[in-house]
Amino acid sequence: MPAVSKGDGMRGLAVFISDIRNCKSKEAEIKRINKELANIRSKFKGDKALDGYSKKKYVCKLLFIFLLGHDIDFGHMEAVNLLSSNKYTEKQIGYLFISVLVNSNSELIRLINNAIKNDLSSRNPTFMCLALHCIANVGSREMAEAFAGEIPRILVAGDTMDSVKQSAALCLLRLYRTSPDLVLMGEWTSRVVHLLNDQHMGVVTAAISLITCLSQKNPEEFKTCVSLAVSRLSRIVSSASTDLQDYTYYFVPAPWLSCKLLRLLQCYPPPEDGAVKGRLVECLETILNKAQEPPKSKKVQHSNAKNAILFEAIALIIHYDSEPNLLVRACNQLGQFLQHRETNLRYLALESMCTLASSEFSHEAVKTHIETVINALKTERDVSVRQRAADLLYAMCDRSNAKQIVAEMLSYLETADYSIREEMVLKVAILAEKYAVDYSWYVDTILNLIRIAGDYVSEEVWYRVIQIVINRDDVQGYAAKTVFEALQAPACHENMVKVGGYILGEFGNLIAGDPRSSPLVQFNLLHSKFHLCSVPTRALLLSAYIKFINLFPETKPTIQEVLRCDSQIRNSDVELQQRAVEYLKLSSIASTDVLATVLEEMPPFPERESSILAKLKKKKGPGAVSGNELEEGKREGGELNGAGERPGDSSAIGASNASTPSPSADLLGLRSAAPVSAAPPSAGSLLVDVFSEAGPAAPAAGANDDGFLRDLEPPTESSDSLLAEGPGDSDSAPPSVVSEDPAPPLPESDELLNKFVCKNNGVLFENQLLQIGVKSEYRQNLGRMYLFYGNKTSVQFVNFTTTVSCPGELQSQLNVQLKPVDPLVEGGAQVQQVINIECLTVFSDAPLLNIKFRYGGALQNLTLKLPVAINKFFQPTEMSSHDFFQRWKQLSQPQQEAQKIFKANHAMDTEVLKAKLLGLGTALLEKVDPNPDNFVCAGVIQTKAQQVGCLLRLEPNAQAQMYRLTLRSSKDTVAKRLCELLAEQF
Amino acid sequence: MIGGLFIYNHKGEVLISRVYRDDIGRNAVDAFRVNVIHARQQVRSPVTNIARTSFFHVKRSNIWLAAVTKQNVNAAMVFEFLYKMCDVMAAYFGKISEENIKNNFVLIYELLDEILDFGYPQNSETGALKTFITQQGIKGQTKEEQSQITSQVTGQIGWRREGIKYRRNELFLDVLESVNLLMSPQGQVLSAHVSGRVVMKSYLSGMPECKFGMNDKIVIDKQGKGGAGDDAGKSGKQSIAIDDCTFHQCVRLSKFDSERSISFIPPDGEYELMRYRTTKDIILPFRVIPLVREVGRTKLEVKVVIKSNFKPSLLAQKIEVRIPTPLNTSGVQVICMKGKAKYKASENAIVWKIKRMAGMKESQISAEIELLPTNDKKKWARPPISMNFEVPFAPSGLKVRYLKVFESKLNYSDHDVIKWVRYIGRSGIYETRC
Repeated sequence: MPAVSKGDGMRGLAVFISDIRNCKSKEAEIKRINKELANIRSKFKGDKALDGYSKKKYVCKLLFIFLLGHDIDFGHMEAVNLLSSNKYTEKQIGYLFISVLVNSNSELIRLINNAIKNDLSSRNPTFMCLALHCIANVGSREMAEAFAGEIPRILVAGDTMDSVKQSAALCLLRLYRTSPDLVLMGEWTSRVVHLLNDQHMGVVTAAISLITCLSQKNPEEFKTCVSLAVSRLSRIVSSASTDLQDYTYYFVPAPWLSCKLLRLLQCYPPPEDGAVKGRLVECLETILNKAQEPPKSKKVQHSNAKNAILFEAIALIIHYDSEPNLLVRACNQLGQFLQHRETNLRYLALESMCTLASSEFSHEAVKTHIETVINALKTERDVSVRQRAADLLYAMCDRSNAKQIVAEMLSYLETADYSIREEMVLKVAILAEKYAVDYSWYVDTILNLIRIAGDYVSEEVWYRVIQIVINRDDVQGYAAKTVFEALQAPACHENMVKVGGYILGEFGNLIAGDPRSSPLVQFNLLHSKFHLCSVPTRALLLSAYIKFINLFPETKPTIQEVLRCDSQIRNSDVELQQRAVEYLKLSSIASTDVLATVLEEMPPFPERESSILAKLKKKKGPGAVSGNELEEGKREGGELNGAGERPGDSSAIGASNASTPSPSADLLGLRSAAPVSAAPPSAGSLLVDVFSEAGPAAPAAGANDDGFLRDLEPPTESSDSLLAEGPGDSDSAPPSVVSEDPAPPLPESDELLNKFVCKNNGVLFENQLLQIGVKSEYRQNLGRMYLFYGNKTSVQFVNFTTTVSCPGELQSQLNVQLKPVDPLVEGGAQVQQVINIECLTVFSDAPLLNIKFRYGGALQNLTLKLPVAINKFFQPTEMSSHDFFQRWKQLSQPQQEAQKIFKANHAMDTEVLKAKLLGLGTALLEKVDPNPDNFVCAGVIQTKAQQVGCLLRLEPNAQAQMYRLTLRSSKDTVAKRLCELLAEQF
Repeated sequence: MIGGLFIYNHKGEVLISRVYRDDIGRNAVDAFRVNVIHARQQVRSPVTNIARTSFFHVKRSNIWLAAVTKQNVNAAMVFEFLYKMCDVMAAYFGKISEENIKNNFVLIYELLDEILDFGYPQNSETGALKTFITQQGIKGQTKEEQSQITSQVTGQIGWRREGIKYRRNELFLDVLESVNLLMSPQGQVLSAHVSGRVVMKSYLSGMPECKFGMNDKIVIDKQGKGGAGDDAGKSGKQSIAIDDCTFHQCVRLSKFDSERSISFIPPDGEYELMRYRTTKDIILPFRVIPLVREVGRTKLEVKVVIKSNFKPSLLAQKIEVRIPTPLNTSGVQVICMKGKAKYKASENAIVWKIKRMAGMKESQISAEIELLPTNDKKKWARPPISMNFEVPFAPSGLKVRYLKVFESKLNYSDHDVIKWVRYIGRSGIYETRC
């Protein structure tokens, strides 16, 4: 509440507030407020006019009630009236109410604006300030529109009071932030910049906020502020603490202004003018010098103010990044702070040092503090400080200290907080890779990493190890030996098993010479972990086993035994079962030559930016990993992989590389670049598997297909596919595998089709999972059909694909185009598919619609007939009785006529019959046939190639419940086909 | 299973805190205070879930009772327990108020120890509890007495002890009903139901067996079928259809299920024998006819007529009609023929009170409401007119047919027992839209 002088105290308000505070419960409070509101309403409504004092009192009460969280829907008018009062307190309450309660669409806004305008043009500085504050507090677009032109004028006018200038500057800043397009500086620019020279420090402080904001948007226009700012800064810095009087805060001259000046300078590059630059450098040096001086006061405010300026100065030095001397001094200063007992200072020092470390001038200087930082990582109490320490370690790492830093981070990882573990793991992985001189060290580090923090090791990290091991033949043996040893630990992390499985599968032969790691020992070791692993890992292990068969023929019986056992070959998981079946078959059928080709060592991976970096970047959010860091990573990564590439490698690898047309073989880059490929949940987990992913066909087809079924595709598609050269190709596929071929049409599909002869819309098909609705329209020889697939379950369908095939000669008769449909159908949702149909010539069969999708992992496959029959392309023809019989007689050749006599399937209702015949698409001709019971129709079938006229006569016999249907058409097949179709309808 | 039980005053200060299980920490006390008692928006749900912990609360005047659990408990059970807890406390020290709770906190802890064990509700029958939780301080109890209490409390009839003796065997039976109604302005019943309770006070010697009979439709129809045909037609009209009912634990449910007869050995003192609900053929004691006319933007005219609809010989009492006024009311003039009417600004309503009113009468009130024009476009929602009253009959039509007492061991018979029956019908939520 505003301070009220004693004589002006509002007793009623004080009583009301104390009443509310004394309320025992919420209900009591509401009752009291309701009572007060009713009182105020009756007062406002009352006939006699209220004086300014009581108006102010009631508006104040309303404001208080509103601030307690109740709705106020009256009293605005009274508040606006207060604005025109001449008393400060009344005006102030009026403005307060309006800035809190006004809503922009209110009708009162015009009145309010008027009152504000009056106050702005008054000569009373307090009123002007009140008005400016109100504008800034509301800050709406309407306000900006009304006053954006006025305020700069007040700001730069020579005769404006200092306090008003301050308010005007801040008000303008607020308006600029909310609607920058309305605040046009233009002509005022230079005069605003010159406010930096104002004698009044308050004006300068307010103006500099405005200038900083403006110059961030258009730096060119405000360039002149740099020299002014520098001179202002130097005047402050060099002043004695007593010079500035009111603006000295605990012996520090104008700390806020200094900070703002330094921040403004950070918007610009170093000044080009030597004199200005010299002055600035001098200032910065002075600031650094002052930090070394003993504190003038023991108060925390003194050191806070001093340090605020210092950190801002260091930020500026880092921003300029051109003064080695200053950078090193800054670094030393920060080094002192690293051991300060104030936690906040340590945090800030670590944070600033992080940016310092990336500068080439100060990198070495930062490195001298490594011990302190490591110590901070270990002993800091606050996790956010530890996080900064880890960041700094990461930033200061280079070839010379990589081993030490990585070792420290690894040892810290064991006790690290869960929240930063994953990030730490990624950092360790990147550093280890980036600065690895010796790859055995790299392998050791990563395996250690998996051992210590396996749960936090993401896929990318272990992919990367494998990539590097595969690309570098000098570490393969060492890697095999190390993983073998690591796997001997009784409890291994699953990621370790994955790496172990892969590496031993590829390079197990390199350590097989040692009797302690003979092939069988290796296999038994891997298999002992098998049952503890998840499905993707097991799948990977199965692949490792088949590789073992190739590497060590002596293990073949053992492995075949394992594959043959029920838990593999009859596993409930389709992927595992398929692998077991296929590998078993492969190992028993294929000759050793074939095996050797199929199960050849993996080719080296093409070079790619490490996906771990991308992952780290994603984790920290955009912009957190600086650009040069990324670039560095790319460069280093390239170096590493480049070293791994062997020119003129074995021909086999060359060949397989040649047969991979796209560079998509890189599993790592692919994983990060196209996360979509893992989207289908059923196939996604399987796609992770390195073996199948390495197949070049994977990504393109992988989006919609089943990952593992690609193995069955012809050899040209995937050279690494395990069954690629297996004899018999897909014929050898065991019958248990779900076939991808379209299922034969449903037996009832013909019946379903008959429903649609005489109508265009309806439900085509329905079972427990799926409902298919049809809507279609035809014009001449063109048709458009909308299929609606409704998911009746609550589970989404994945890999939802539909195809239309035209068997046999239908292909040349009908042109069917399918618009693609979304592969995901959410539970309960409906998707629409458009089919365009063009009738080329007369046809008799219906095209087949095949629908495939996965419902909870099971492949659903069903085929229906599209409800397209020749009659859909009928064009009705009206003709007179005479014409009809003339044409009827013209088509009198026996092959032109088709006749059928059949029993009625439905009741003989004339109206229904009429509707059906109209639905057929022909014109129903009245008064043509002498017998009024008979129906006569005529129409022309439109195809692209020709038009076929067609006449129809239906003679019902009500006594016998029989029909005679006669069709005559210029083309014999048409008459026959129509006759067949129609016979089912009546 | 209840993990803990807290009692707070209106400010959210903890008066009683009893934790039964380790999974409820100290911070649960604060969580409820912050999220429910001091919540910014008033919490209307009696069950609140905070950080996987469930809080069930009831409020008695300014006192909050909250049961806390981490498990998936039966919420109805918890509330039943909380209500029982309130009854027990009321039976021990009267009104539940901050003052009373502070004065009796030792007793409350003692009670909590007894009626909840590791979070499982135990015997909460006041009569039984009073035998061993007394307020007179430690009374020298003999071994015999102690073992008698133990065997009684753990025995088959835990709610009544043996050897009770009265000079006068008396029975008081109250049928308390509350009638709920929502009526459209045109007088169409939108929803109506009666929820009733049969409350008894028994002062009987020995271990009497009681049998309670009322005009339950199923029983009457059955008897009608078995007995004379002409009788069924007559009594069928007077019978009522009970939608659902619950009984005190003393009632033999098996007998109710098979014969639909209510027989029991009553606890000593006051208890609630049964609770029931009916929805068919409800006698609505009052009819409210509202007439609201908006005259321009600043004036509203309201006229309300109430008609009593029961035997002229009966008298309704404590009649109160509450007519809501718009939120921008700035002045009200009321004229009523009977009773007193007043505009209560703090409740945004006109309250019209009539002390007594006989059946088949009618009375009227008219009011002029002045409104303050607001810049709010919201229309007044016209909340319904509500009513309170008390009538000396059961609006559901329930009649007590008999209450028989059998005590074979002692020498008094059914005729010697003095029985008192009373019917009270009260308004529940009795509203008419206008």
